[in-house]
Amino acid sequence: MNHIILELINLRKVFGGVVAVNALDLTVQKNTITSIIGPNGAGKTTVFNLITGSIRPTGGSIEFFGKQMQANHAYIAAGMGIARTFQNAQVFPDMTVLENIMVGRHLKSSSGLIRSSLIPPFFRREEKEIKTEAMKRLSFVGLDEHADKPAGSLPLGYQRMLEIARALAMEPKLLLLDEPASGLNTRETFAMGELIGRIKKMNITVMLVEHDMELVMDISDKVAVVNFGSRIAEGTPAEVQLNPDVIAAYLGE
Amino acid sequence: MGWKNYMGMLVLFLMVAAAPLIIRNDYYLGVLVFAALNCLACIGLCLLMGYAGQISLGHAAFIGIGAYASGYMTVRLGLSPWTAMAAGIFLSAGVALIVGIPALRLKGHYLAMATLGFGSILHIVAVAAIDITGGPGGLNNIPAISLFGIALNTDTRFFYFSWAIVLIGLYFGFNLIHSRVGRGLRALHGSEDAAGSLGINTASYKIQIFVLSSVYASISGSLYAYYINYIDPGPFSVMHSVLLVTMVAVGGLHKIWGAVFGAVLLTLLPEFLSSFSEYFQVIGIEYKPDYDTLIYGLILLIIMLFLPEGLFGGFGDAIHALQGKMKRLREARE
Ligand SMILES: Nc1ncnc2c1ncn2[C@@H]1O[C@H](COP(=O)(O)OP(=O)(O)OP(=O)(O)O)[C@@H](O)[C@H]1O
Ligand SMILES: [Mg+2]
Repeated sequence: MNHIILELINLRKVFGGVVAVNALDLTVQKNTITSIIGPNGAGKTTVFNLITGSIRPTGGSIEFFGKQMQANHAYIAAGMGIARTFQNAQVFPDMTVLENIMVGRHLKSSSGLIRSSLIPPFFRREEKEIKTEAMKRLSFVGLDEHADKPAGSLPLGYQRMLEIARALAMEPKLLLLDEPASGLNTRETFAMGELIGRIKKMNITVMLVEHDMELVMDISDKVAVVNFGSRIAEGTPAEVQLNPDVIAAYLGE
Repeated sequence: MGWKNYMGMLVLFLMVAAAPLIIRNDYYLGVLVFAALNCLACIGLCLLMGYAGQISLGHAAFIGIGAYASGYMTVRLGLSPWTAMAAGIFLSAGVALIVGIPALRLKGHYLAMATLGFGSILHIVAVAAIDITGGPGGLNNIPAISLFGIALNTDTRFFYFSWAIVLIGLYFGFNLIHSRVGRGLRALHGSEDAAGSLGINTASYKIQIFVLSSVYASISGSLYAYYINYIDPGPFSVMHSVLLVTMVAVGGLHKIWGAVFGAVLLTLLPEFLSSFSEYFQVIGIEYKPDYDTLIYGLILLIIMLFLPEGLFGGFGDAIHALQGKMKRLREARE
């Protein structure tokens, strides 16, 4: 059939008295870009946190490749092939750009505490492989010349690129991008759109949360609009733009 | 990939090899043995504090566990010093798991609280459990440890032995920080959420590194017992835990070399202070060793306020800044 990679079924999340996500249904097709848009506080980031297991749903379920996810920790969802970036770019500031991406190879390598302490890095084949693979992702986002700089010293635009490179180093099946263009100028936003397009070509499914409508409408295959935690519209970019409910939500009627 | 660190170890090795040839005084060699023992505990603590970003205020208790395991098992049970040391390692690791698992599964600085409490309790136990620890009177006649049939019962021998263990501890530490695990630790220090999103089991990693650092401390304690052949609860108080944290902070949290530097510096400091004490007497103040604590506290305060990168890091930054300035000057002239 059509290849559904992720399905949110009647998903619900309540924080104290706040209903952040309310009876949300959403399907994500393989190798597409699916965007979630909606006003501030609509619950978009919360949806990402639920998918990546960093918080538990109050109700409903999440199916990944047809299986119900039981991840109650972020690292478990990562192990299943779900990568993400954060709305407030979270690089490891004191590590170099290359080291940041090397951390992304964590799940693709295996040496533990004891093996790591016994054998020096230059005798470990794994270490070499981690570096080579990290370099590939570095070039993919075009940050080669910044490899040895502390990640914290990069401008925000590059930090966002770095976060994506780090996530790609995981070789994920699904990549969640939380406002990758926020804080970027027009030129950087354009480059970001182009980068996301290239990621899709690598057969990685992308979910995008973004306020830059031009970017969203440009690259998305499907757009879901949420407001107060509920989905109010869904369809192709063209369909969504003409939906009266969406126009109402965005104009605040 | 960290070649500099391994070169540094070679330099330290040469310095250690040469030291007894230059320092022909058993008392000073003895001070340097204590420096080595503090180094060992501080390397472990630095892995925990500088790389994983967790603070332990109970590390002296792990030193105590190592020391008492060694003392009790050799004196009362007649086990060999090596066996007793190994038992101490397992005991410390086990205790670290019990203290660490509940504290480290939560985000934040619960470990500092948990270890502070645990350190105080263990110190009280050491004083009160007279049957096992000998109470305030301590344990006497702890045997010396031997290596290849040679009893390490002179200051020179023990000096070489203790620093050899420090070098081994450094070797493990450097291997670790330049590895997948070391990067994982630094990552979770930078952002726990991001580290988790990349598949790092942050809680497990924090617990593992805490256990490893307790093992470093335990070995340090065992060596202490075999060196002075007598232990009492005194040196394993919370005050000593704070001193260890100060040593690591003085050196700069993020550098293992800083921990070595800080440990040596602060171990030697009381020696300097006591030689100054005559001078104090001249100006009418009697210097008491109790004041050392005050001075350590002051140092910690000053470092935290003005040199968060530590003396070691501070020097490094100053040199970098100077180099940068020189370069710019040269470029400007051209
Ligand atoms: N951990 C939390 N604890 C309590 N309330 C939360 C938590 N996370 C989110 N919320 C609340 O849930 C609602 C949805 O927040 P969320 O961050 O998902 O919105 P968003 O759509 O990502 O908004 P933005 O566009 O501003 O990023 C908000 O009212 C927010 O205050
Ligand atoms: Mg958000």
